[in-house]
Amino acid sequence: MASTVKGAKAPKQPLSLNDPRVRGLIYQVVALAAVAFCIWYLASNTIANLEARRIATGWGFLNREAGFAIGEGLISYGPADSYLRALVVGVLNTLRVAVIGIILATLLGTIIGISRLSQNWLLAKLASLYVEVFRNIPLLLQLFVWYAVISELFPGPRQALNPLPGIFLSNRGIKFPTPPDAAAFDYAGIGFILGIILAVVVANWARKRLYATGQTFPSGWAGTGLIIGLPILGWLIGGAPTHLDMPEMRGFNFVGGGSLSPEFAALLLGLVVYTAGFIAEIVRSGILAVSRGQTEAALSLGLTKGQNLRLVVLPQALRVIILPMTNQYLNLTKNSSLAVAIGYPDIVSIANTTLNQTGQAIEGVAIIMLVFFAISISIAMFMNWYNKRIALVER
Amino acid sequence: MKARILLAAAASVAVSFAAPAFAGATFDAVKARGSITCGVNSGVAGFSAPDSKGEWTGIDVDLCKAVAAALFGDASKVKYVGLTAQQRFTALQSGEIDVLSRNTTGTLTRDTSLGLNFVGVNFYDGQGFMVPKKLNVKSAKELGGATVCVQPGTTTELNLADYFRANKMDFKPVVIEKLEEVIAAFFSGRCDVYTTDASGLASTRATSAPNPDDYVILPELISKEPLGPMVRHGDDQWFDLVKWSLYAMIEAEENGIDSKNLDEMLKSTNPVVQRILGVNGDMGKALGVDNKWAYNIIKTVGNYGESYERNVGSGSKLKIPRNLNNLWTKGGLQYAWPVR
Ligand SMILES: N[C@@H](CCC(=O)N[C@@H](CS)C(=O)NCC(=O)O)C(=O)O
Repeated sequence: MASTVKGAKAPKQPLSLNDPRVRGLIYQVVALAAVAFCIWYLASNTIANLEARRIATGWGFLNREAGFAIGEGLISYGPADSYLRALVVGVLNTLRVAVIGIILATLLGTIIGISRLSQNWLLAKLASLYVEVFRNIPLLLQLFVWYAVISELFPGPRQALNPLPGIFLSNRGIKFPTPPDAAAFDYAGIGFILGIILAVVVANWARKRLYATGQTFPSGWAGTGLIIGLPILGWLIGGAPTHLDMPEMRGFNFVGGGSLSPEFAALLLGLVVYTAGFIAEIVRSGILAVSRGQTEAALSLGLTKGQNLRLVVLPQALRVIILPMTNQYLNLTKNSSLAVAIGYPDIVSIANTTLNQTGQAIEGVAIIMLVFFAISISIAMFMNWYNKRIALVER
Repeated sequence: MKARILLAAAASVAVSFAAPAFAGATFDAVKARGSITCGVNSGVAGFSAPDSKGEWTGIDVDLCKAVAAALFGDASKVKYVGLTAQQRFTALQSGEIDVLSRNTTGTLTRDTSLGLNFVGVNFYDGQGFMVPKKLNVKSAKELGGATVCVQPGTTTELNLADYFRANKMDFKPVVIEKLEEVIAAFFSGRCDVYTTDASGLASTRATSAPNPDDYVILPELISKEPLGPMVRHGDDQWFDLVKWSLYAMIEAEENGIDSKNLDEMLKSTNPVVQRILGVNGDMGKALGVDNKWAYNIIKTVGNYGESYERNVGSGSKLKIPRNLNNLWTKGGLQYAWPVR
């Protein structure tokens, strides 16, 4: 603290209670001891009480057979698997909806935020209306509405809508064809990832060249070409198979192909539509924070409107936007726990079921807290890193 | 869901700070408070649901009333708390409620790991399946590949997984906590099947289905579900009172005492009847309540048979036959220990 400056200059003194450094140290030790004592007291008392009431404790349950089924997940899971695996399914389900939700909400929010500032009166008004409506209706209500719309309005699986060959819409969700297990589709996947990497490399090279020589390069088009072209190339190398794994109505439901459940769809829609309203406002205010003179200067230098937005306004707005945006990402992630209400098996839902079937409430709540803490801190750290990175570019 | 996490957290905090409970704590606290807080479900007609006048009724509610009648001589001294399956145990552990009377199945895990005790059985049940008639399903064995709506935190979701596993069939669960929501999902067609205790199916079909005749309950019962009240560990006197309030209703039926002939019966020379009604002996005193405890129960809620018929039997919409819930003397399982 402030004392270090003073202390550094002072000649060596015998340690005394009058020395603010010593006192500071003592306070800290005392405070630390008090906190440690409280934790110890609460923990030991909790354990003693649980023991006295004969409530089960400990983490042994994690390896026991869970015994309940889960509707959907990114890894295989069955009732004979352990509680631990069930919880991992829950964490992955939470991450899935949060990551996709954050990406889509950012895209939608940015489009709406920019639209609000559009010179087109109708577009600007529609965008404002969107923001006012969706920001002000409680998210839970929106989720119920989306869920009801999907399960009430869509027909049963036997009367499923079939807008495109192989695609079926029903109250069981969206069923679509998936690539079967074939080398060609693996090559295509590799091509896709390669395409993304190359697109980033090209964009970086183009930017460097622009700064060095002032010459522009259509890196956007080039990148898009790479991301689309390379997978196609991979597919061609693999022999260009055209057979797909098609969903097919059998018995109660479709088998084969891939599917998006109504629960996931409703949750994702709700989170994206709701959060985009907030993001739009952040983007709008970020753009407004960049002074008008910048745009005028850019335009008089001969930049097009699009270039001005992309090269002058947005990069500067980004710095203003990044912190409030982080908050929205954290909110979206936390709000995803409303999933329980509509039956999407996220971590809260799975941990609650676990907590209930095992009777170990404290452990269950601790798991939920830990998972959300870990996700939140990761998002915050990533955004801080990103914030620092774009701040460095400043001249 | 947030509420439940809060509740669970509250239970954790309560457990962290509280000194271990001592005998008589709940009994004395309830007596001093002048009313019982009873955890019931949030609306399964016949078990516990508010009627058109906002009064709670049902066979589970009657148990709460019976305890209040035994303790206070007044069956109305009950505060009801509607709980989902997931909320119920933490609510009892944390002391939010004094007794849980909410179609809860007794199992070994629950009996041993929750710090709670099962008091007795007020309804013998089993798990069943309900499907729309138009699916033309005749047996649970034909349900392979079906989508099944179920509430979490129940024995139901475990039995469901067991049954399909044992019969080598697949299914997709749709797991929703709130009763209204899970029922709405089923009736909207999101699921092919709704599963819970057969009594719950009968109740849902009779009171929530757009048209009850469009739905059938399949013949198979896939589990044993002995439903009954629970209390916290640590107060045996309270445990005893709840247990004997239930037994008094069953004993009354067995001995031909009901709410209509009650005052007549006071004049009975049968020593068993005299003991139950407090004409003779100190049964109430032994429980720590008035000797007229059973009289007060029968006066206000009736005997077990009356409560059954009024709430879930012939006098109700559900029309569930007594079967297992008949007295042991009539081929059922209801059997109370003697009041002596
Ligand atoms: N007996 C089973 C199931 C009990 C249960 O929760 N049943 C449902 C369906 S009948 C219910 O009562 N729901 C009412 C509610 O959630 O409020 C158990 O103890 O786990």
